[in-house]
Amino acid sequence: MLQFESWKRFAIIIVCLAGLFAALPNAISVPFFPGKSVNLGLDLRGGSHLLLSADIDSVVTERLSDISEGIRISLREEKIKFRSLSSDEDSVSFLLRDLADSQVRDEIMSDFGNDFIIETNAEMTRLRFSESGFTELQSRTVSQAIEIIRRRLDPDGTKEPVIQRQGADRILVQVPGIDDPERVKALLGRTARLTFQLVDMRMTGAEAKSSGRVPPGSVLLESASNDGQSYVVEKRVMVSGDMLETASAGFDQNNQPAINFSFNSIGAKRFATVTGKNIGRPFAIILDNLVVSAPTIRSQIFANGQITGDFSIQESNDLALVLRAGALPAPLTVLEERSIGPGLGADSIQAGKVAAIIGIILVVGYIILSYGIYGAMASVGLIVNLILILGALSLLQATLTLPGIAGIVLTMGMAVDSNVLIFERIREELRRGRGVRDAILSGYSRAISTIMDANLTTLIASILLYIFGSGPVRGFSVTLGIGIITSLFTAILFTRLLIVLWVNAKKPKTLVI
Amino acid sequence: MFRLKIIPDDTSIPFVKLFKLGFVFSIILVLLSIGSFLYQGLNLGIDFKGGILIEAKSKQGNADVENLRSVLGGESYGEVAIQLFGAKDEVLIRIQKQDGDEKAQAKVVQQINALISDNYTVRRTEFVGPTIGAELTQKGIIAVISALAAIMIYIWFRFEWQYSIAAIIALSHDVLTTIGFFALTSFEFNLTTIAAILTISGYSINDTVVVFDRIRENFRRYKSWEQIDIINKSLNETLSRTVMTSVTTALALIAIIIFGGPVLRDFSTAMLWGVLIGTYSSISIAAGLLTFVTISRGGDDNSDVAKAELE
Repeated sequence: MLQFESWKRFAIIIVCLAGLFAALPNAISVPFFPGKSVNLGLDLRGGSHLLLSADIDSVVTERLSDISEGIRISLREEKIKFRSLSSDEDSVSFLLRDLADSQVRDEIMSDFGNDFIIETNAEMTRLRFSESGFTELQSRTVSQAIEIIRRRLDPDGTKEPVIQRQGADRILVQVPGIDDPERVKALLGRTARLTFQLVDMRMTGAEAKSSGRVPPGSVLLESASNDGQSYVVEKRVMVSGDMLETASAGFDQNNQPAINFSFNSIGAKRFATVTGKNIGRPFAIILDNLVVSAPTIRSQIFANGQITGDFSIQESNDLALVLRAGALPAPLTVLEERSIGPGLGADSIQAGKVAAIIGIILVVGYIILSYGIYGAMASVGLIVNLILILGALSLLQATLTLPGIAGIVLTMGMAVDSNVLIFERIREELRRGRGVRDAILSGYSRAISTIMDANLTTLIASILLYIFGSGPVRGFSVTLGIGIITSLFTAILFTRLLIVLWVNAKKPKTLVI
Repeated sequence: MFRLKIIPDDTSIPFVKLFKLGFVFSIILVLLSIGSFLYQGLNLGIDFKGGILIEAKSKQGNADVENLRSVLGGESYGEVAIQLFGAKDEVLIRIQKQDGDEKAQAKVVQQINALISDNYTVRRTEFVGPTIGAELTQKGIIAVISALAAIMIYIWFRFEWQYSIAAIIALSHDVLTTIGFFALTSFEFNLTTIAAILTISGYSINDTVVVFDRIRENFRRYKSWEQIDIINKSLNETLSRTVMTSVTTALALIAIIIFGGPVLRDFSTAMLWGVLIGTYSSISIAAGLLTFVTISRGGDDNSDVAKAELE
């Protein structure tokens, strides 16, 4: 009688049942069953994978420019004379006209705190971001951007996009099951910073362009439609997109696509004041530094307005959506894109299934031919192994990718190896003249150390693949790794149990493996 | 009872005599690989080179590659490669990295979509910017080197340094010739290729470990035997298992090559190559190199095998 402790038998059965239950949702949909089916990768179910980078430099430049305006106001309030106040991409600097003011200047500058480094040298003052200040700004910008991306891509909260921070300034976006990846990029491609600024009447856009000079406090902006027009608008932002209550696509009186918007209470109050005071002046509607339109204010406007321009219906829909979601804190650049259409994904799943089934039939056929009934037991182990892999993938909610399917098929081939090692050992022991029981016992005990060594090295390779791989390759390493562990279980424990039960029941005098 | 046996029981193939031939063959193979790598170079995919890849399916009838070539070749995108992919109505369009930053690349993707959208449905778009391409290359190299190092250390722990060195030379042989295989066949070398190389390494070392385990065991069992005879015997004893496992793995891979769809074809063909070369190198290189060094007959080793022996 071959020994096999009953607690071990019990544990083996429990593991198999657990695997079966975990794998069950993949085969049939059971109502109220708690498990989930395997999480398919984008390459199998279709979708878009985008790696974006947030342009922090432009945020820094913008912040510094705001700070420079703030300093200008503070210095004027304190009646300090200064010159050459300017900001660039890494610092703000100015010169004092009178060194006697340096103490007041130091007081003003001390308000800036830890996020900045302030260097003063007689009349010279320079302010730049400290390392911690920069990191803080970067981290805030990226988390805000993630929030805005989520609102833009998933306004209804139904699509389950993956939006993750990666590294310092990168954002990974994965949107499953979409038909048009270009639209995802269109939604993320614009910052969508909406501002309302008064047009400067001192100079026309054409004059400013030809003279190359713009009146102080104003800026020259191009038109959003390609009509070559430009506008001189005041730098001061009267009302901005963050005060919007809602925005929706609609039509103007000429039946052209337009965007209807309404402000929240603060925005409405400001808007009413500005429009009330400036009747007859053109008011520029600016989106991402381009003038969408500059209608003349005819009467005081309160909460509601309309943006007209050169839009298609799709554009007006998207624009309304991004305005509702809010402006991105920084422009985003697509560093990497992988988009798979739903048709291709379905084809890949089909091909993968066929390959897996045929692969298993070939392998099973071969081992049954080679090892007879024992090969059949190993084949049962193989099927159990497959179920366990599926169960583990479902349980861990690991992503199954197309290379992952290849990993599973490959595991099928390699899982047999452990059984082969054991069977060959038993054959050898039999040839050496050992009895049935001895041959099985020593065959297993000798083979196990080899099996462990051989599988651990493959496990090392799969762990490294997981660490250094990305996307589909990672999916491959996960299935390979899980496959190694489950195949150890089936070869060393499950198939062994089958063989022990068989031998104990049949009590063969001789063993032919 | 019928048993299919490719390798009969109790073979006594004089492997040791074949080692010289094996070394010569391997040296030629490695030189060929290095030469092909230097001369032809690798057909680097967009993962490493940056660029654009679009897979499209014709809406009606077969894909007209010539027409596509003239339409896309007319634009100034630089190198454009168009080929049928898997079926007659599917094409794969590869476009080199465009001058300028990421935005310039994204614009070209859009333009091409517009150019072909009348007759084709775009099934897949991949775009890798120059920044990411460089990072992926670096990561790929680190992955392969650290895998080799980790495996070497593991073997060193489990066996002795002689085994570890022989294993790593055999493994490098496999990696080099696999890269050579890619250079020679012009198969696309991309991220999944790195996965293939690492899996081949795993497979090959798996095979090597099985052979080494047996050699170590036999060194303890037959203390009075010549080193060469022990190695020869060990190879003969493990041959049946080696062939068996290679055949099952190859069968699984052949199923993927034929039925797994075009995306997996290059990947699984490379793997099949790896299984062949990995099996060969475990015998010819890894075990072959052990004939050159003196191996201790390890009575003091307290590894699992030694324990198993005592039971």
